[in-house]
Amino acid sequence: MTDELHDVRMTVNGVAHDVRVPARRLLSDALRHDLGLTGTHVGCEHGVCGACTVLVDGRPMRSCLMFAVSAVDAEITTVEGLTGADGSLGPVQQAFAECHGLQCGFCTPGFLTTITAGLRENPHPTHEECRDMIAGNLCRCTGYQNIVKAVERAAELVSTSSTTGEGAGSTTGAGSTSDGETA
Amino acid sequence: MTTKLMGTPVQRVEDQRFLRGQGRYVDDIGVGPGGEQGVLHAAVLRSPHAHARILDIDVDEVLDLEGVHAVWTYDDLAGPMAEPLPLLIPHPALTHGRTQYALAKDEVNHVGEAIAFVVADDRYVAEDAVGRIKVSYDFLPPVVGIDNARAAANLVHDDVPGNVGARLEQNVGDAPAAIAKAPHRLELDLTIERSACMPMEGRGTVARWDADINRMQVWTSTQTSTGVRAAVAVKLELDLGQVDVITPDVGGGFGVKINHPWPEELLVPMAARTLGRTVKFTEDRREHFISSAHERGQVHHVTVGFDDDGRLHGLDVEFWHDHGAYTPYGLIVPIITSTQLLGPYKPQNYRVVFESLYTNTVMVTPYRGAGRPQGCYTMERTMDAIAAYLGKDRTEVRAVNFIQPDEFPYDQGMIFQDGRELEYDSGDYPASLEKIKALIGWDDFPTFQKSMAAAGRKVGIGLACYVEGTGVGPYEGAHVHIETSGKVKVATGLTTQGQGHATVFAQLVADELGCSFEDVEVVTGDTRRMPYAVGTFASRAAVMSGSAIHLAAKRAKEKVLKIAADALEASPDDLQIVDGVVSVKGSPGTSIDLGTVSVLSNPLRYAFDEASKAATQFSVGDPGKPPVPEDEEPGLEGKDFYSPERATFASGMHAVIVETDPLTAEITILKYAVVHDCGHLINPMIVEGQIHGGVAQGIGGALYERMAYDESGQLLNASFMDFLMPYVTEIPDTIAIDHLETPSPLNPLGIKGAGEAGVIPSAAVFAAAIEDAEGFPITAMPISPSELFELRSRSLVEPVETTPEGTPAP
Amino acid sequence: MKPAPFDYVRPGSLPEALAALAGEPNAKVLAGGQSLVPLLSMRLAAPSLLVDINGIPGLADITVTGEGVRLGALARHADVLASAEARRVQPLLAMALENVAHATIRNRGTTVGSIVHADAAAEMPVVLKLLGGSVEVASVRGTRTIDADDLYVGPLESSLAHDEVAVSAYFPALPAGAGVAFDEIARRHGDYALCGAAALVDGDTVRVGYLSVNDVPTVVDLTGVPLSDMGEAALEGLEPAGDIHATAAYRAQLVRVLTERVVRAAREMVSTSSTTESASSTTEDN
Repeated sequence: MTDELHDVRMTVNGVAHDVRVPARRLLSDALRHDLGLTGTHVGCEHGVCGACTVLVDGRPMRSCLMFAVSAVDAEITTVEGLTGADGSLGPVQQAFAECHGLQCGFCTPGFLTTITAGLRENPHPTHEECRDMIAGNLCRCTGYQNIVKAVERAAELVSTSSTTGEGAGSTTGAGSTSDGETA
Repeated sequence: MTTKLMGTPVQRVEDQRFLRGQGRYVDDIGVGPGGEQGVLHAAVLRSPHAHARILDIDVDEVLDLEGVHAVWTYDDLAGPMAEPLPLLIPHPALTHGRTQYALAKDEVNHVGEAIAFVVADDRYVAEDAVGRIKVSYDFLPPVVGIDNARAAANLVHDDVPGNVGARLEQNVGDAPAAIAKAPHRLELDLTIERSACMPMEGRGTVARWDADINRMQVWTSTQTSTGVRAAVAVKLELDLGQVDVITPDVGGGFGVKINHPWPEELLVPMAARTLGRTVKFTEDRREHFISSAHERGQVHHVTVGFDDDGRLHGLDVEFWHDHGAYTPYGLIVPIITSTQLLGPYKPQNYRVVFESLYTNTVMVTPYRGAGRPQGCYTMERTMDAIAAYLGKDRTEVRAVNFIQPDEFPYDQGMIFQDGRELEYDSGDYPASLEKIKALIGWDDFPTFQKSMAAAGRKVGIGLACYVEGTGVGPYEGAHVHIETSGKVKVATGLTTQGQGHATVFAQLVADELGCSFEDVEVVTGDTRRMPYAVGTFASRAAVMSGSAIHLAAKRAKEKVLKIAADALEASPDDLQIVDGVVSVKGSPGTSIDLGTVSVLSNPLRYAFDEASKAATQFSVGDPGKPPVPEDEEPGLEGKDFYSPERATFASGMHAVIVETDPLTAEITILKYAVVHDCGHLINPMIVEGQIHGGVAQGIGGALYERMAYDESGQLLNASFMDFLMPYVTEIPDTIAIDHLETPSPLNPLGIKGAGEAGVIPSAAVFAAAIEDAEGFPITAMPISPSELFELRSRSLVEPVETTPEGTPAP
Repeated sequence: MKPAPFDYVRPGSLPEALAALAGEPNAKVLAGGQSLVPLLSMRLAAPSLLVDINGIPGLADITVTGEGVRLGALARHADVLASAEARRVQPLLAMALENVAHATIRNRGTTVGSIVHADAAAEMPVVLKLLGGSVEVASVRGTRTIDADDLYVGPLESSLAHDEVAVSAYFPALPAGAGVAFDEIARRHGDYALCGAAALVDGDTVRVGYLSVNDVPTVVDLTGVPLSDMGEAALEGLEPAGDIHATAAYRAQLVRVLTERVVRAAREMVSTSSTTESASSTTEDN
């Protein structure tokens, strides 16, 4: 079985990229090695740790559980897309800096994208909801205490900021509640 | 005078790149904005069997595969590469140490051992190639578990009788005699099962051989840049000076990345030189489970003699340590158990003997705590048993055995893991105990327990104390260089895996030098910048590099003041440095900034920039003397090393209240409290973060994580689906923390290490609390609801023991 | 952990997809991929062809009527969970879906995909069976309906032919005056359950479905059994096994505990609900 190459147009952080990849190239690898966006990290490649989480049409998904060829027609946001166009930190990133929500930084991008989408869906989470928002991401360094604080701080920063997005490439909101919508 | 940064929660400088996704971890090396080009990728064929002889390796089908560049097996290795990997820390007691070959030679001794190394265009193709390698094996019976290792019906290594790699006995006084004479006597058997560090980022190495300048550049996710450098040089027959090791950003280590060289750390540079290409190896998660390192598996037998007050007369501990298939890291873990088991106590007579045993499993090297958790567990469970036996409060029994505040420095009469005396420098254990009791509500608990029992609910409380020798030598060094721009470039050779070193060390430099924090840039783990270093482990970075950096900054400051005094025509004693500007105290108009001082320090013929031109307004030196005085060097640098006489001893106490479900045996944490003494804190926010992380890892290790090997040596849970690391939902919402500071007299800043503390007492404290809730002994950790359920069933059918171990405190 | 090579097509219509499947015996359908992709990455499966159905329009509908809820093949767990209509007509769907992995997995994983993956440790297969639902499958030979009782034939084995695609799954509505409940116990939040149970109480009828207890999703009829004996009665029809996370005896204990919990909760729903609106969801959260 030879590796046939497929032409894929991926829109990442608002920019369209044309890549030629084998079908089996995982989205995580395509983002990192084909597009040079190394902010998305790979911790397990079996969908458990969450370090690879990116936003696909605004919804958090594990990029290690998707193939790049499936990402055609999708708008992807990675951690790089959360930074402001002028290089300033977005509110979720800012909250993490203030609250010491990261240590080695390896799991952090997965948390940042997940929380960004989570706060769009629920801008005023309760403490329990803040914990719930990050319940699918593993961190080995922080013990989560400061990450939860960062979620709460991020909610504050998001609600006081006048801008809607977090820099380039943020797209539609995640998870509307009406019925029967296609993903 | 601006406020000192020492002791303040300064926000981290590292975050600026990590939060933007601009960290450079090892797998990011070689990737540019256009993607990764020209880098070749490696994959490793690993043994699927725990114990087998290799009869034949057939790689014929590999090279046919498009995209494959090369494949190596043992037969392709020559010279030092064909010799076993180094035994890093020899010890006289390690009479039968064994290390593996970079690629298995005639036999494999654990599932996961490296057999062949393939380099291809990308990792996908490399894995395809690995799948085509055909190996024929002659199976050998595997030895799995301490019981089987001891029974030695089969041997891991033919030439290691009884599977015993080492036996070490240490004595202080005469414990057996003292126990025989003591009023009371107890025996306990205590077990801890294997776990592992499991950082979120696995191992990885990238290497590039630059044929133009004959240099090998290696990036590797390590805790010791100098260690890897030395190993690569020796094994590849290069001069040390031809090898650079640059530690990239590292996604967690927790100990597993101190071991070196991994086979891949040698094979990647070797391949890079042979192929003339940049080669990268990034392990996947399964590889991390089966080919990195584990720790914690030990079985202990305790005999203790004590009196009516619970005062120890003699303590005799025998234990068996499972070190896996090889012993590259020597006996560090069991030696630490042996010595740190003593904790904050003075047992009067102590005997400890261990056997370090081979099994056909992944090797064992330090994991955060490095043998202390096992020691603390053993000691603390013994204290609890004594209290139960005497019907006394568990804190009273501990208090009676404490080393008192006026007894420091206290010599325990043993040799520590650094080869130096086990002498505690400072501490205040009674004060810590007061604090932890208050924090957890120890005195109110019996009432709470009774009221919960009345409602049909089971709760229990546990408490554990530990002492941790931190900041072990031999040394660390630092280099401080003030550039003409005013930027202060600092280098130290040990490494960083999330501890915020760049921030913490910058705080120290800013304080000592008087420059602004923002102007300081710290680099760690780069042998080009600081080639003399040991590494990051044993909670030593703040103490060792912190002290060295402080001293180096001091030297740089001395030079700054000397030159500035000359330039400003003042005495050095009249000068102050604030925000990077040197001025005469009380006379702010007379000033010179650090950048200009830097220009003046280097009497060049040429003016390169505005800074050099501006400096010409000052004149320094004596025209009658050489521009660079005899004992001096050009430039504004300070270099120094810190080498302590011995380790400095941090300490702490943890307490936990748990609830166990009467029907499902699920264990819920109701409250977790920590009292922590690591001397002076450089950055309290970072220290607290370390405690949080350690506590979480400890909860994982006590209630969720274990390595599940079956009898054939297969690791049944080699994935995150079945090796259960805690999510936020498994960690309590708050961890109550209180601090104590007994400064260390051994280093200029009075600091002690903090990195491992959070995880040391976890097994002890949870075993104690669950036992208190259930009313029967908990002697094996970790414990799951299923195991607790089984213990409950058993304790209902078996008669109550006549020597009541672990009956609940009154 | 990278997959072995495979051919790949992304058809724009169902007939194209069916033709592709029929033409290749070792083909697999890619929908959510949350179960399939890890298997490929670990090289535990190596199909020669992946037929990616994510580009086929009209497959994601969630259709709710008074009779029941029909989920299209591409309806993501998250969307089903968010459907207030579906929750109203058959509350057990949402109760069970809350326990499926984590939110991020639910954003991509499909409920129909989970149903035909036939994992006895998963929530949705046993829910389908308990409610007496069905799956509509299509191939080049036409379409057919498979009742839940005929769907699960072995561990991870559904009765679909190799070239059949499940295009929708149907869950009957909760009858008036009936009650449902779901609970599971897992080591960590979001993990596969050590044991899970779903109950349907309708009049005197009591049926409970179990996950992680047998090789296949299993439903036990406990009609007429006193509540305190239900756990033991259920165990007569179940074979809880031991693994590295739980002994067989402990699993059996969880069967007892969860049986009582879900039946009690389902009965409570019956007594507190009005005829038109259903009450709150599960009693115990993990």
